[in-house]
Amino acid sequence: MDWTWLSATLGGLLIGLAASFMLLSAGRIAGISGIVEGAILGKVAAAWQRWFVGGLVAGGAVALWLAPGAFASSSTVPGPVLVVAGLLVGFGTRLGSGCTSGHGVCGIPRLSPRSLVATGTFISSGMATVTFVRVCGCWS
Amino acid sequence: MRANVAMFLAGVLFAVGLAVAGMTQPDKIMGFLDVFGAWDPSLLFVMGGAVVLNFFLFRWILRRPNPLFASTFHVPTLRHLDARLIGGAALFGAGWGLAGYCPGPGVASLATLSTESFLFVGAMLVGILGHAGLKRITAAS
Repeated sequence: MDWTWLSATLGGLLIGLAASFMLLSAGRIAGISGIVEGAILGKVAAAWQRWFVGGLVAGGAVALWLAPGAFASSSTVPGPVLVVAGLLVGFGTRLGSGCTSGHGVCGIPRLSPRSLVATGTFISSGMATVTFVRVCGCWS
Repeated sequence: MRANVAMFLAGVLFAVGLAVAGMTQPDKIMGFLDVFGAWDPSLLFVMGGAVVLNFFLFRWILRRPNPLFASTFHVPTLRHLDARLIGGAALFGAGWGLAGYCPGPGVASLATLSTESFLFVGAMLVGILGHAGLKRITAAS
Protein backbone atom coordinates (compact mmCIF):
# COMPACT_ATOMS: atom_id res chain seq x y z
CA MET A 1 0.00 0.00 0.00
CA ASP A 2 1.38 3.43 -0.90
CA TRP A 3 0.65 6.64 0.94
CA THR A 4 -2.60 7.43 -0.84
CA TRP A 5 -4.42 7.08 2.50
CA LEU A 6 -3.13 10.58 3.33
CA SER A 7 -4.61 12.21 0.22
CA ALA A 8 -7.69 10.02 0.68
CA THR A 9 -8.22 11.35 4.21
CA LEU A 10 -7.58 14.95 3.12
CA GLY A 11 -10.02 14.56 0.21
CA GLY A 12 -12.60 13.02 2.53
CA LEU A 13 -12.27 15.99 4.90
CA LEU A 14 -12.78 18.43 2.00
CA ILE A 15 -15.88 16.48 0.85
CA GLY A 16 -17.21 16.54 4.41
CA LEU A 17 -16.48 20.26 4.70
CA ALA A 18 -18.41 20.94 1.47
CA ALA A 19 -21.38 18.92 2.77
CA SER A 20 -21.35 20.73 6.11
CA PHE A 21 -21.09 24.09 4.36
CA MET A 22 -24.23 23.22 2.35
CA LEU A 23 -26.13 22.34 5.51
CA LEU A 24 -24.95 25.48 7.32
CA SER A 25 -25.59 27.92 4.48
CA ALA A 26 -28.73 26.58 2.78
CA GLY A 27 -29.93 23.83 5.12
CA ARG A 28 -29.53 21.24 2.38
CA ILE A 29 -28.13 17.70 2.40
CA ALA A 30 -25.37 17.08 -0.17
CA GLY A 31 -27.00 14.18 -1.99
CA ILE A 32 -25.69 14.41 -5.53
CA SER A 33 -28.15 12.05 -7.25
CA GLY A 34 -31.15 13.91 -5.82
CA ILE A 35 -29.60 17.28 -6.64
CA VAL A 36 -28.98 16.21 -10.25
CA GLU A 37 -32.61 15.05 -10.52
CA GLY A 38 -33.75 18.42 -9.15
CA ALA A 39 -31.45 20.26 -11.55
CA ILE A 40 -32.95 18.58 -14.62
CA LEU A 41 -36.59 18.23 -13.49
CA GLY A 42 -36.95 21.07 -11.00
CA LYS A 43 -38.74 24.38 -11.39
CA VAL A 44 -37.61 27.85 -10.31
CA ALA A 45 -37.35 26.80 -6.66
CA ALA A 46 -34.66 24.33 -7.71
CA ALA A 47 -32.17 26.99 -8.81
CA TRP A 48 -29.81 26.05 -5.99
CA GLN A 49 -29.47 22.56 -7.44
CA ARG A 50 -28.33 23.96 -10.79
CA TRP A 51 -25.84 26.24 -9.05
CA PHE A 52 -24.42 23.26 -7.15
CA VAL A 53 -24.11 21.11 -10.31
CA GLY A 54 -22.41 24.05 -12.06
CA GLY A 55 -19.98 24.30 -9.15
CA LEU A 56 -19.29 20.58 -9.33
CA VAL A 57 -18.29 20.83 -13.01
CA ALA A 58 -16.32 24.05 -12.38
CA GLY A 59 -14.52 22.34 -9.47
CA GLY A 60 -13.73 19.45 -11.80
CA ALA A 61 -12.17 21.95 -14.22
CA VAL A 62 -10.13 23.51 -11.39
CA ALA A 63 -8.88 20.06 -10.34
CA LEU A 64 -8.04 19.19 -13.93
CA TRP A 65 -6.09 22.44 -14.28
CA LEU A 66 -4.14 21.97 -11.01
CA ALA A 67 -3.56 18.22 -11.41
CA PRO A 68 -4.19 16.79 -14.89
CA GLY A 69 -3.74 13.28 -13.46
CA ALA A 70 -6.73 13.69 -11.14
CA PHE A 71 -9.07 12.12 -13.70
CA ALA A 72 -6.58 9.53 -14.96
CA SER A 73 -8.18 6.36 -16.20
CA SER A 74 -6.61 3.26 -17.68
CA SER A 75 -10.07 1.78 -17.69
CA THR A 76 -10.90 -0.66 -20.45
CA VAL A 77 -14.64 -0.47 -19.86
CA PRO A 78 -16.35 -0.58 -23.28
CA GLY A 79 -18.83 2.14 -24.25
CA PRO A 80 -21.97 -0.04 -24.05
CA VAL A 81 -20.98 -1.15 -20.53
CA LEU A 82 -20.56 2.51 -19.51
CA VAL A 83 -24.09 3.18 -20.76
CA VAL A 84 -25.53 0.22 -18.81
CA ALA A 85 -23.59 1.41 -15.74
CA GLY A 86 -24.98 4.94 -16.10
CA LEU A 87 -28.55 3.66 -16.44
CA LEU A 88 -28.16 1.47 -13.32
CA VAL A 89 -26.58 4.33 -11.33
CA GLY A 90 -29.27 6.84 -12.37
CA PHE A 91 -32.24 4.53 -11.82
CA GLY A 92 -30.83 2.79 -8.74
CA THR A 93 -29.87 5.95 -6.85
CA ARG A 94 -33.35 7.43 -7.32
CA LEU A 95 -35.15 4.20 -6.41
CA GLY A 96 -32.91 3.88 -3.34
CA SER A 97 -33.17 7.62 -2.51
CA GLY A 98 -29.45 8.32 -2.52
CA CYS A 99 -25.90 7.55 -3.52
CA THR A 100 -22.41 7.62 -2.01
CA SER A 101 -22.85 11.24 -0.95
CA GLY A 102 -26.43 11.36 0.34
CA HIS A 103 -26.40 7.98 2.10
CA GLY A 104 -22.67 7.60 2.78
CA VAL A 105 -21.20 11.04 3.46
CA CYS A 106 -24.38 12.65 4.89
CA GLY A 107 -26.60 9.80 6.12
CA ILE A 108 -24.10 7.79 8.16
CA PRO A 109 -23.05 10.82 10.29
CA ARG A 110 -26.77 11.31 11.07
CA LEU A 111 -26.90 7.62 12.09
CA SER A 112 -29.83 7.11 9.70
CA PRO A 113 -30.71 3.39 9.63
CA ARG A 114 -31.80 3.72 5.97
CA SER A 115 -28.44 5.20 4.98
CA LEU A 116 -26.44 2.61 6.91
CA VAL A 117 -28.31 -0.24 5.18
CA ALA A 118 -28.17 1.44 1.74
CA THR A 119 -24.41 2.09 2.02
CA GLY A 120 -23.72 -1.51 3.10
CA THR A 121 -25.88 -2.72 0.21
CA PHE A 122 -24.31 -0.66 -2.58
CA ILE A 123 -20.76 -1.38 -1.43
CA SER A 124 -21.51 -5.13 -1.26
CA SER A 125 -23.23 -5.06 -4.64
CA GLY A 126 -20.29 -3.11 -6.14
CA MET A 127 -17.81 -5.62 -4.70
CA ALA A 128 -19.82 -8.54 -6.09
CA THR A 129 -19.97 -6.86 -9.53
CA VAL A 130 -16.24 -6.07 -9.71
CA THR A 131 -15.38 -9.60 -8.56
CA PHE A 132 -17.74 -11.15 -11.14
CA VAL A 133 -16.33 -9.03 -13.98
CA ARG A 134 -12.74 -9.88 -13.01
CA VAL A 135 -13.38 -13.61 -12.61
CA CYS A 136 -15.31 -13.96 -15.88
CA GLY A 137 -12.71 -11.79 -17.67
CA CYS A 138 -15.64 -10.23 -19.51
CA TRP A 139 -13.85 -7.32 -21.21
CA SER A 140 -10.36 -7.09 -19.73
CA MET B 1 -28.81 34.77 -4.23
CA ARG B 2 -26.31 34.35 -1.39
CA ALA B 3 -27.56 30.77 -0.96
CA ASN B 4 -27.02 30.09 -4.68
CA VAL B 5 -23.47 31.46 -4.61
CA ALA B 6 -22.81 29.33 -1.50
CA MET B 7 -24.15 26.27 -3.38
CA PHE B 8 -21.82 26.99 -6.32
CA LEU B 9 -18.83 27.26 -3.96
CA ALA B 10 -19.91 24.07 -2.16
CA GLY B 11 -19.98 22.32 -5.54
CA VAL B 12 -16.46 23.54 -6.36
CA LEU B 13 -15.14 22.41 -2.96
CA PHE B 14 -16.94 19.06 -3.26
CA ALA B 15 -15.38 18.37 -6.69
CA VAL B 16 -11.89 19.39 -5.54
CA GLY B 17 -12.32 17.06 -2.54
CA LEU B 18 -13.35 14.21 -4.84
CA ALA B 19 -10.28 14.79 -7.02
CA VAL B 20 -7.87 15.00 -4.04
CA ALA B 21 -9.43 11.83 -2.62
CA GLY B 22 -8.94 9.90 -5.87
CA MET B 23 -12.69 9.36 -6.30
CA THR B 24 -12.49 10.76 -9.85
CA GLN B 25 -10.21 7.90 -10.95
CA PRO B 26 -12.42 4.93 -11.89
CA ASP B 27 -9.43 2.58 -11.44
CA LYS B 28 -9.21 3.51 -7.76
CA ILE B 29 -12.94 2.86 -7.21
CA MET B 30 -12.65 -0.52 -8.93
CA GLY B 31 -9.57 -1.24 -6.79
CA PHE B 32 -11.54 -0.49 -3.63
CA LEU B 33 -14.42 -2.70 -4.73
CA ASP B 34 -12.05 -5.53 -5.78
CA VAL B 35 -11.93 -6.81 -2.22
CA PHE B 36 -10.96 -10.36 -3.24
CA GLY B 37 -8.26 -9.16 -5.66
CA ALA B 38 -5.63 -6.39 -5.45
CA TRP B 39 -7.66 -4.49 -2.86
CA ASP B 40 -7.00 -0.73 -2.46
CA PRO B 41 -8.45 0.28 0.94
CA SER B 42 -7.74 4.03 0.54
CA LEU B 43 -11.43 4.84 -0.10
CA LEU B 44 -12.16 3.79 3.46
CA PHE B 45 -10.13 6.83 4.49
CA VAL B 46 -12.18 9.08 2.17
CA MET B 47 -15.43 7.88 3.71
CA GLY B 48 -13.90 7.90 7.19
CA GLY B 49 -12.65 11.49 6.90
CA ALA B 50 -15.96 12.79 5.57
CA VAL B 51 -18.16 10.82 8.00
CA VAL B 52 -16.19 11.66 11.16
CA LEU B 53 -16.03 15.37 10.28
CA ASN B 54 -19.75 15.53 9.46
CA PHE B 55 -20.67 13.54 12.57
CA PHE B 56 -19.45 16.49 14.66
CA LEU B 57 -20.20 19.41 12.31
CA PHE B 58 -23.79 18.31 11.49
CA ARG B 59 -24.64 18.13 15.21
CA TRP B 60 -23.21 21.57 15.80
CA ILE B 61 -24.95 23.08 12.72
CA LEU B 62 -28.36 21.51 13.48
CA ARG B 63 -28.38 23.16 16.90
CA ARG B 64 -28.99 26.45 15.11
CA PRO B 65 -32.64 27.55 14.69
CA ASN B 66 -32.14 27.94 10.93
CA PRO B 67 -29.42 27.94 8.21
CA LEU B 68 -27.50 31.13 7.35
CA PHE B 69 -29.23 31.89 4.02
CA ALA B 70 -32.50 29.92 4.19
CA SER B 71 -35.50 29.71 6.52
CA THR B 72 -35.41 25.99 7.41
CA PHE B 73 -33.23 22.88 7.39
CA HIS B 74 -34.24 20.15 4.92
CA VAL B 75 -33.08 16.91 6.54
CA PRO B 76 -34.57 13.49 5.62
CA THR B 77 -36.84 12.09 8.32
CA LEU B 78 -37.69 8.61 6.94
CA ARG B 79 -36.28 5.81 9.08
CA HIS B 80 -38.03 2.63 7.88
CA LEU B 81 -36.34 0.12 5.59
CA ASP B 82 -38.10 -1.10 2.46
CA ALA B 83 -37.50 -3.09 -0.71
CA ARG B 84 -37.10 0.03 -2.85
CA LEU B 85 -34.25 1.31 -0.68
CA ILE B 86 -32.39 -2.00 -0.78
CA GLY B 87 -33.20 -2.85 -4.41
CA GLY B 88 -32.20 0.65 -5.54
CA ALA B 89 -28.92 0.51 -3.61
CA ALA B 90 -28.17 -2.93 -5.09
CA LEU B 91 -28.75 -1.66 -8.67
CA PHE B 92 -26.68 1.45 -7.98
CA GLY B 93 -23.82 -0.68 -6.58
CA ALA B 94 -23.83 -2.87 -9.70
CA GLY B 95 -23.51 0.21 -11.93
CA TRP B 96 -20.83 1.66 -9.65
CA GLY B 97 -18.84 -1.57 -9.93
CA LEU B 98 -19.24 -1.77 -13.72
CA ALA B 99 -17.86 1.71 -14.49
CA GLY B 100 -16.17 2.97 -11.31
CA TYR B 101 -18.26 6.16 -11.29
CA CYS B 102 -20.85 7.28 -8.77
CA PRO B 103 -22.94 10.41 -9.53
CA GLY B 104 -20.61 13.10 -8.04
CA PRO B 105 -17.36 12.03 -9.71
CA GLY B 106 -19.31 11.35 -12.93
CA VAL B 107 -20.64 14.92 -13.09
CA ALA B 108 -17.28 16.46 -12.03
CA SER B 109 -15.47 14.47 -14.74
CA LEU B 110 -17.59 16.20 -17.42
CA ALA B 111 -14.90 18.92 -17.10
CA THR B 112 -12.49 16.59 -18.93
CA LEU B 113 -14.87 16.58 -21.94
CA SER B 114 -14.04 12.88 -22.33
CA THR B 115 -16.34 10.58 -24.30
CA GLU B 116 -16.47 8.21 -21.30
CA SER B 117 -17.81 10.86 -18.92
CA PHE B 118 -20.48 12.03 -21.38
CA LEU B 119 -21.60 8.46 -22.12
CA PHE B 120 -21.86 7.66 -18.41
CA VAL B 121 -23.56 10.90 -17.31
CA GLY B 122 -25.90 10.88 -20.33
CA ALA B 123 -27.05 7.37 -19.47
CA MET B 124 -27.32 8.33 -15.78
CA LEU B 125 -29.69 11.20 -16.68
CA VAL B 126 -31.79 8.77 -18.73
CA GLY B 127 -31.91 6.45 -15.70
CA ILE B 128 -33.00 9.32 -13.43
CA LEU B 129 -35.68 10.44 -15.91
CA GLY B 130 -36.79 6.81 -16.36
CA HIS B 131 -37.30 6.46 -12.62
CA ALA B 132 -39.21 9.76 -12.44
CA GLY B 133 -41.42 8.68 -15.37
CA LEU B 134 -42.12 5.27 -13.85
CA LYS B 135 -42.98 6.88 -10.53
CA ARG B 136 -45.47 9.18 -12.25
CA ILE B 137 -47.11 6.26 -14.10
CA THR B 138 -47.41 4.09 -10.98
CA ALA B 139 -48.73 7.04 -8.95
CA ALA B 140 -51.43 7.73 -11.56
CA SER B 141 -52.66 4.14 -11.83
